[in-house]
Amino acid sequence: MRSNFFFLMFVINYSFAAGGGAGLDDAKLDPSDGLSIQRGAKTFVNYCLGCHEASYMRFNRLGDLGLSNGQIKEFLIFGEKKVGDTMVNAMDREDAELWFGIVPPDLSVIARSRGPDWLYTYLRSFYQDDKSTTGWNNTLFPNVGMPHILWELQGIRELEAGEASRLGQKTVTKMEGALNQTEYDSFVRDLVNYLVFIGEPARTLRVQIGIVILFVLSIFLVLTWVLKKEYWKDVNQ
Amino acid sequence: MSFAKSAVKWVDERFPLSSFLKNHLTEYYAPKNFNFWYFFGSLALLVLVIQIVTGIFLTMHYKPDAAQAFASVEYIMRDVPLGWLIRYIHSTGASMFFIVIYLHMFRALIYGSYRKPRELLWLFGMLIYLCLMAEAFFGYLLPWGQMSYWGAQVIINLFAAVPFIGPDLAVWIRGDYVVSDATLNRFFAFHVIAIPLVLLGLIACHLVALHEVGSNNPDGIDIKKHKDKNGKPLDGIAFHPYYTVKDLVGVVVFLMVFTLIVFFAPEMGGYFLEHNNFVPADPLRTPDHIAPVWYFTPFYSILRAIPPMFGSQFPGVVAMGLAVFVLFLMPWLDRGAVRSIRYRGSLYKGWLSVFVLSFLTLGYLGVKPTSVWGQFGAWLGGADRAVVVAQICTAVYFLFFFLMPWYTKMDKTKPEPERVTL
Amino acid sequence: MTKTKEKFMDEETTRRRRILVIGTGAAGVLAGLGASVPFISSMAPSAKARAAGAPVEVELTGLEPGMMITVEWRGKPVWVLHRTPSMLASLPEIISKVQDPSSQVPMQPKYAMNEHRSIKAKYLVLVGICTHLGCSPSQKLEIGGAAGMGDDWKGGFFCPCHGSKFDLAGRVYKGVPAPVNLEVPPHMYLSEDSLLIGEEKKA
Repeated sequence: MRSNFFFLMFVINYSFAAGGGAGLDDAKLDPSDGLSIQRGAKTFVNYCLGCHEASYMRFNRLGDLGLSNGQIKEFLIFGEKKVGDTMVNAMDREDAELWFGIVPPDLSVIARSRGPDWLYTYLRSFYQDDKSTTGWNNTLFPNVGMPHILWELQGIRELEAGEASRLGQKTVTKMEGALNQTEYDSFVRDLVNYLVFIGEPARTLRVQIGIVILFVLSIFLVLTWVLKKEYWKDVNQ
Repeated sequence: MSFAKSAVKWVDERFPLSSFLKNHLTEYYAPKNFNFWYFFGSLALLVLVIQIVTGIFLTMHYKPDAAQAFASVEYIMRDVPLGWLIRYIHSTGASMFFIVIYLHMFRALIYGSYRKPRELLWLFGMLIYLCLMAEAFFGYLLPWGQMSYWGAQVIINLFAAVPFIGPDLAVWIRGDYVVSDATLNRFFAFHVIAIPLVLLGLIACHLVALHEVGSNNPDGIDIKKHKDKNGKPLDGIAFHPYYTVKDLVGVVVFLMVFTLIVFFAPEMGGYFLEHNNFVPADPLRTPDHIAPVWYFTPFYSILRAIPPMFGSQFPGVVAMGLAVFVLFLMPWLDRGAVRSIRYRGSLYKGWLSVFVLSFLTLGYLGVKPTSVWGQFGAWLGGADRAVVVAQICTAVYFLFFFLMPWYTKMDKTKPEPERVTL
Repeated sequence: MTKTKEKFMDEETTRRRRILVIGTGAAGVLAGLGASVPFISSMAPSAKARAAGAPVEVELTGLEPGMMITVEWRGKPVWVLHRTPSMLASLPEIISKVQDPSSQVPMQPKYAMNEHRSIKAKYLVLVGICTHLGCSPSQKLEIGGAAGMGDDWKGGFFCPCHGSKFDLAGRVYKGVPAPVNLEVPPHMYLSEDSLLIGEEKKA
């Protein structure tokens, strides 16, 4: 009965994880791909960190992926910051609200609230929209405050029908970017992989410890089972 | 005499150690026919210990301050060495507590463990359940995410539906006109000390009452009727070692399940840790869909199923409160000739089945928006299917209790055996 | 069944049960110790505390002879003093007046266990906390009466709390409350003019 219950819980869990919501593309992440996460980190500090912070994430946490403090300093830190500092920027919150109509959200745990598939789809769903103040809009997030910061890479897309923004509407290429579509998808995938990593840096360790503990508990199961059998001989005779 | 023996003797002359262990373990006789359902009492105690220990260590790093709470949780998750583990154990423990308690209560339901002479035992248990709900509710605000914030907002607003004093009452509970730093601070105090103290006291009473009357068993019969010449029940076995070693197996299996969740699915697909709770509380923006954590959803569904009357939400709030309160009356509602479901007739079994089905359905609907199953056609005024189903389930829920005195009495029961069956 | 056989069974059972209980109990104790690891380690300095206590880099280019700067390392004042040749010359002169002239008490890393208590003779690096009760001594760097410390003062530090005196190598004078020399923190040179406090060269 109890096992049935947990089976049910896991089914719920899986159907939730697999579905990912309507209209989202599968990001096909590989969280064990450290190089992908490192490329994503580079993208993050180059393109995102100017406006978005990851104020709970320390630069040297990337050491979990095998980066040395020297490498982190050399490739990822611009300016005076130390490797133990968190990923914050100097942008004034009031200015930001003035420019974008909203303070750009902290991205430390964005992958945990939005989910990787949402982020992957979102970053590939920008299109040009003259009616928007930034000149950009998004088919997944209509009237989004954020401009398409990666447009030089993806190129410029516009709505297929040329109508007003509608959720999930198709877009077509207006101008080619520096990357072709496969390259851009993989570029975004790396960034999302990084965001998933900073959402829960302990993830890898968590799974490793879990396996060890399950192993230890299974030994205990045998021990306690034998112990119980032994004593219950008195009762069952 | 060995050193250990003389040490025990020294203590016994000053404190009733040996006699306590005798009375409650080695010479406390429990029925020998306990089955799977009898693991959950000791498991509940285990989860309590887990929650208290992890809670103490979380308190060392958490900051009950609206400006710092969310960040301090992430600080625990990242900067505190193995802090993530302690936090996941605590968040998983909260849900597991309810799973264990619901199964424990269901056991009492099917084997009639609340019947005379165990009425007080049941009442203490119900009070523990109430405390647990309060504890979970207060604790859920602490991470100060969107679900924490809006969950607290909605529940506190239930009090605002009380006629006359409602609005003032809600402000008093919050200590502010909205859920705010003041609310967080007092919820912290309730969560970490006030409720746990009451909980510990009630659990002590629950155990004392249990050991006074002795455990019920799956046959629902009294084992004290047949004793040997020493006064030991023929169908009883010493709690220690027999049930300690048996419970140990249960503990290990339970810990394996616990481990699977903590280490491999700590969010449980958004049911144990909700996705929106990774967004800091924002008093100006309500998430699209707010649902309480899964263990409250049956009652939340009942609340939603009752339409506002006379322009007030109060009837729904009353229904929800009644849904919990009616459980207190179980010992006096049940007029059956037998305790255990094994010897009940089909009338009781039928009612119990639809009750369980309704409870689970209400729980499921509580996590979904009311539009989850679409609308009926025009012939029913285009009503939400889920709302109508929730209303039917709510009716079944209450009828199960209100009709209990009659259907349990009318039921064709089977004869109980003299001695327990294995 | 004979009486003896029954007795043998009982002994056999008792023995088996004892082994099982001891085995399970021992495994349980080990597991309990394992379970305490997260709780014990959670009380160690967090990544935040470690970041705040990270080694501090000090540029020495602007530090003229005779000047001292104070930097903060792990919340404590650390002094970096550029000693002049005359300051260094005073150190051997007061050997008889200080308690531990050759730094026998381990208040410094191995590489600073010398007369001038530093890696490079001219640069002195000290934790500026009195070894008596934790006040921060004041600088009395001038030689003689100018420091207000008496005419035979050879320059050093004076703790205002209980009057402990230290020389220009942080060595404690005899007859003052402080028991041992001022502490030299772990440090290393990143280059000729750049000092890192809080980290040592790996052997």
